[in-house]
Order: sequence, then C-alpha cells, then structure tokens
Amino acid sequence: MTATIAYGAVEVGTELPARSFPVTRATLVQYAGASGDFNPIHWNEKFAREVGLPDVIAHGMFTMAEAIRVVTDWTGDPGAVVEYGVRFTKPVVVPNDDTGALIEVSGKVAAKLDDNLVRVDLTVTSDDKKVLGMSRAVVRLA
Amino acid sequence: MALDQSFVGRTYPPTPAYEVGREKIREFAEAVGDTNPAYVDPEAAKALGYPDVIAPPTFVFSITFRAAGQVIQDPQLGLDYSRVVHGDQKFAHVRPVRAGDRLTVTSTIEGIKTMAGNDIVDIRGEVHDESGEHVVTAWTKLVARAAEEA
Repeated sequence: MTATIAYGAVEVGTELPARSFPVTRATLVQYAGASGDFNPIHWNEKFAREVGLPDVIAHGMFTMAEAIRVVTDWTGDPGAVVEYGVRFTKPVVVPNDDTGALIEVSGKVAAKLDDNLVRVDLTVTSDDKKVLGMSRAVVRLA
Repeated sequence: MALDQSFVGRTYPPTPAYEVGREKIREFAEAVGDTNPAYVDPEAAKALGYPDVIAPPTFVFSITFRAAGQVIQDPQLGLDYSRVVHGDQKFAHVRPVRAGDRLTVTSTIEGIKTMAGNDIVDIRGEVHDESGEHVVTAWTKLVARAAEEA
C-alpha cells in the first residue's frame, strides 16, 4: 500500500481538499444497476411520494461512496481506507431536472492514531442539510 | 409487536461464494464517477502493491446486503421489510476487495432494539475469501419504522 500522504506531514486539523459531487436521476439509475439496489424510492417519483418521501432520493450507499472519494483522492490509494462508517441522517432529494442535487463533502484529520493511522471526520451536506452523520474514516498513511 | 430478543447472537450459514469481476468493479466505479485508476487498470493497482484491480471501499455492501437478506427475510424474525430504512453502515477492511476474490459472507444478528415503536436490527457480516482469509467486516443497522395506527 502506498498512500501518497505521509503520516508526519499531517496534524490534527489538517483539511482535505473539499469536493462537490452532482447526482441526477440518470446517476441513480446507473448506481442502481451497478449496486443491484433497485428500490423504487431511488427512481420512481410516484412510489417515493406514496411512501411519504418528498421526491426520489439518492441511495444512502451512493452518498457514502461519494463521500469517501475525498479521502481516497487525498491518499491516492483507496486500499489505505481501513475503517469507514456513517449514519444516514437525511435523504438526498434528487429532483427530475437537468441539475439534480449536489453532495458537498469536506474532511479534516480529527485524530492521529498509532501505526501511521489517522482518523478523518467528514462533513457531508446537500441543500445545506447534513445528510450523513458520524461520518468517519480511518486511513493508513505513508 | 417487538421483535424476539432470542435472535440476538444468531449466525446464519455462509453464503455461496460471490466472484468479484474486474468489469463489475469498473461498472461500480463508473456509477459513482470515480476515475481512480486502481479500480480499472491492473498495472495501476500493481503499482500500489495489489495483485489485481481493487474495489472502492463501499463496493462490498452489495454482497453483504444480499447476505443480510437471510436475516431480513427470516420469517421467524418477522421484520417488516416494506418499512425498513438503512440507519448506519460501517466497514472495517483487513485488505481491499479485489478482482478474482471469491467471497462468502457470514451474517450474525448483533442486536435487536425497539425504540418508539421502531424495530432496530444490527447485522454483522464477516467476509472471507476462498482461502479463508478475513477480508472485511460490514456492520449494517436497519430500522423498521413503526406502522401508523390503523
């Protein structure tokens, strides 16, 4: 494993480059196919409203997959992610238009652990609402 | 009706092996828009020290969630799947999942709680490869929302 960031080069508070990830209905259809999660709340507006949602929502696992990209892009080596956990707090609502929704992710080093490991805490919002809570990754640096 | 606490600790038989293919990893990486070459180019993955392309950190969920279906659909447990939402998800990787892996999942019910009428089930999925090596553990919290009063 060869993360490009050195353990000695980061401190508690070091910020990772923030990213924004767009998501449209087409994105959700593609993710449904790739992941095998065909729950209609992710592509069928009529069904979503019938079960009490405001509109079609993104798969929580899609949002989780986007958020960790801030970490994997930073380390260079996706295999450097040792632990990753989130709480799904609010849905990402994806309107049926050309714009869709935007998932905004920032992260910072929250703790330096033994064995070249650091804990990164992520902040993940959409439409100014926090969509993932307790979003944390432990990564092994060089 | 509250779920039966005696299910806590129950372990289900290992699933049949899921063979991880390069093209499935590529498809997943494209679906999340991630262009990291370690997901699609075996040479790039080798440069990082892996024998073949690796999967993004959350890829394994589609395998562990399928395995969790044994729990979710266990008629004896009686979870109302139509009301289930995903509460929390966590992974602990021993190593990344990679193309060529043949993975089996052993699911265990770690906890059952009822809070404000919601049934909350914690499932741990232990993922092993063909040689028996532990690859990743996935913890999935499912919440079956309380049914509205009739």
